[in-house]
Amino acid sequence: MTPTPLKFYQIGSFAVGNRLVTADERSNQSDPERTNALTSGHRACQGCGEALGARYALDMAMRATNDQIIAVNATGCLEVFSTPYPESSWRIAWLHSLFGNAPAVASGVAAALRAKGKTDIRVVGQGGDGASVDIGFGALSGMFERNDDVLYICYDNEAYMNTGVQRSGATPPAARTATTQAVGETPGNVFGQGKFLPRIAMAHEIPYVATASISDLRDLEAKVLRAMEFRGARYLHIFVPCPLGWGSASCDTIKIARLATQSGLFPLFEAVNGELITSTPIRKKVQVEEYLKLQGRYAHLFSPTRRDDVIANLQRIADRNIDRYNLMGAE
Amino acid sequence: MERPFAITLGVGSSLANHTGSWRVEHPEYVHRMPPCNAACPAGENIQNWLYIAEDGSYEPAWQELIKENPFPAIMGRVCYHPCENVCNRGELDEAVGINSIERFLGDYAIEHGWRIPGPTSESGFKVLVVGAGPAGLSAAYHLRRSGHAVVIKDATHAPGGMMRYGIPKYRLPREILDAEIDRIAGMGVQFQLNTRVEDVHDEMDSFDAVFLAIGAQLSKRAYIPAGESAKILDAISVLSDVENGTPPSLGRRVVIYGGGNTAMDVARTAKRLGADEAIIVYRRTRDKAPANDVEVTEALEEGILIKWLSTVSNMDGEKLTVEKMELDERGFPQPTGEFEDLEADSLILALGQEVDFSLLGNSADLDVTNGTIAVDRAMMTSHPGIFAGGDMVFADRTVTTSIGHGKKAARNIDAWLRGSDFKSSEEKVPVTIDELNTWYYTDAPHVISEKLEAARRVQDFSEIVKGLDESTALYEARRCMSCGNCFECDNCFGVCPDNAIKRLGPGLGYEIDLDYCKGCGICVSECPASALQMFPDA
Repeated sequence: MTPTPLKFYQIGSFAVGNRLVTADERSNQSDPERTNALTSGHRACQGCGEALGARYALDMAMRATNDQIIAVNATGCLEVFSTPYPESSWRIAWLHSLFGNAPAVASGVAAALRAKGKTDIRVVGQGGDGASVDIGFGALSGMFERNDDVLYICYDNEAYMNTGVQRSGATPPAARTATTQAVGETPGNVFGQGKFLPRIAMAHEIPYVATASISDLRDLEAKVLRAMEFRGARYLHIFVPCPLGWGSASCDTIKIARLATQSGLFPLFEAVNGELITSTPIRKKVQVEEYLKLQGRYAHLFSPTRRDDVIANLQRIADRNIDRYNLMGAE
Repeated sequence: MERPFAITLGVGSSLANHTGSWRVEHPEYVHRMPPCNAACPAGENIQNWLYIAEDGSYEPAWQELIKENPFPAIMGRVCYHPCENVCNRGELDEAVGINSIERFLGDYAIEHGWRIPGPTSESGFKVLVVGAGPAGLSAAYHLRRSGHAVVIKDATHAPGGMMRYGIPKYRLPREILDAEIDRIAGMGVQFQLNTRVEDVHDEMDSFDAVFLAIGAQLSKRAYIPAGESAKILDAISVLSDVENGTPPSLGRRVVIYGGGNTAMDVARTAKRLGADEAIIVYRRTRDKAPANDVEVTEALEEGILIKWLSTVSNMDGEKLTVEKMELDERGFPQPTGEFEDLEADSLILALGQEVDFSLLGNSADLDVTNGTIAVDRAMMTSHPGIFAGGDMVFADRTVTTSIGHGKKAARNIDAWLRGSDFKSSEEKVPVTIDELNTWYYTDAPHVISEKLEAARRVQDFSEIVKGLDESTALYEARRCMSCGNCFECDNCFGVCPDNAIKRLGPGLGYEIDLDYCKGCGICVSECPASALQMFPDA
């Protein structure tokens, strides 16, 4: 979903705020009274994309529900850095059980609320890509097929970061992780494996599926708002770079997320009832190399010998996304 | 306190955990030099007045502008806007139309009758300004703002100098010139017109300091063998005769010799006086001509012919002989021996001007080198208390440069009178486009001021470039990228993963909470304007 361009030109709708427009035309994050669902003092690394993504999404969900919200969190970075017992950074009702059962617990909370007639209280399930794509996948698929009234958010940083950067089903080809070392003929993670969960979610034909990135705040907030308008199972997949696991500079987190969308490697789109309805067009197209070269996990593609063949294969993935999701905005 | 089974500790907030202790560097808000400000010969704080104008606060924006330059409406017409040539937005789409916004603010001020109050207290010092051109008026204005009693003496009957006697009306309507000069008179500056200063030194008895800005009106000559009936005039006299209402008769075919702005102005004036043909003859090429590109373009649009690489070798009656030139390997024009005849009723020489030092009378102790008067960094001549600026000193001869001289001299005179030293702010390196995060700026092309259609404009002396209206001026102002200075886009506030930035409210900016800032630097990377920088923690 593309936000409507503002009639003021200096920074239009791309920056967080704009002093020249009224408060309702600014992003939720520009509000000095924003709820800060995830507050200061959390122990995420410097420049953590997941901390940012979680605050962006949950602040918007709180606004959409008038703060009537319960979050169920899977095990993972987000849980560990936010809530080392007995301290918590969450300023919402928040529940953690196991690594693999967050969607099931969220379904249970939704069922309990329905049984008590408290349908104004909404449920968000959340976890990293390990918890969502791999370990909790069965529970998540069950939540989808039963169409339980939960918004499930996956913060995708493309590996198991909390336990030491091991490969997950969301790790992209060629990326180096602790378990896919940059050695041998095909260094890093192999091509032809892994899965893209948003398409699997679409296959369940649930009311709403969307992808978002921390580099496009307006788009992300619009999608959370839209998701909260539906009842039933909804899925939001947010791209959150990890400076530690990706070997990138902490200051480049948003820049890398932006290059992922602008190269086509991470497509932004929305689907309703299993049908793709909108995609966010690329504004300034870049080659995948621009994205890859900022990250240590791809350093082996550039030295000691440059691997043009591998870079070309990654470019093909981006080009395929551009075609498949119409990211250049062609009619 | 009773706790549930197996719970030993009460829940606490992570706010107790001051993650700022992890940090080795931290961000700070900075004010850096925007390229427009750095390039402005009058030293205007352009970025700042644009910022103020962006929300429609025109009067405060105008007040900010006139802190440096009292003539926005004049500037908006005659300044060659070096600010726009270096505007970083030019790298993105097109430079911000700073000049047309300046004109809009200047015209808006005239329309609304905004005045500048005199000083709140008088310093007791008296300063004489010699010459009521842009440098003299600017100096008088700034000196008056600092509380000094100021008298301007000028030999002509109306103030303005080259703005009146050199720049034609079609570029600068006289009611605009008069309105901005009247405002200075309204501050209590005394004008003594038709008054020639015979000897500066005599004036030192009645004044505490003097600022000389008599300009350069003496036309340079070139030896051209000419018959007695040949009509040869100089450009400055033609322009001032037109201004005084006694235009010379130039005939149907007019040749102008020279390639500077004055040559363009006089050629365009000749067309307006009824010449069928106005031909400019210049010895070098267009890219080597001193005339500003805007003037050359507008002259060509009006049907003026320019013979590049040509010199006038003689004139006899109505026959003018022109020799073709070619550039040698060092770029200097050399004669080719090829000649061409032109028919010309008159020839106007526009070969540059010199300073007429006879106007200074007995000025033997003033150091004059290469036709200009020598001044030190404080704009003071070799005589203590006598300062000089404008076209008299070695510099670019433009209105804006002169206005800058006037300001600089006024600040130094003020310091000299009070027995202190004026310290100009240290030179800062301008922000470059690579330092900006241009992702956040919306594409928005430049609004070009409407020009009168060329054919119609040569009929008379009406103004050719039209101003912006309020909505287009506002649009144009908002195209400013605010290089190096915060414009409150909230990006830093929004992108901090640790909520360590506080928004203090409109106009107040932001504050970094060092208890929680981990020093990741995302705010610095995502700042569109490069108004944040990282600094090591002590």
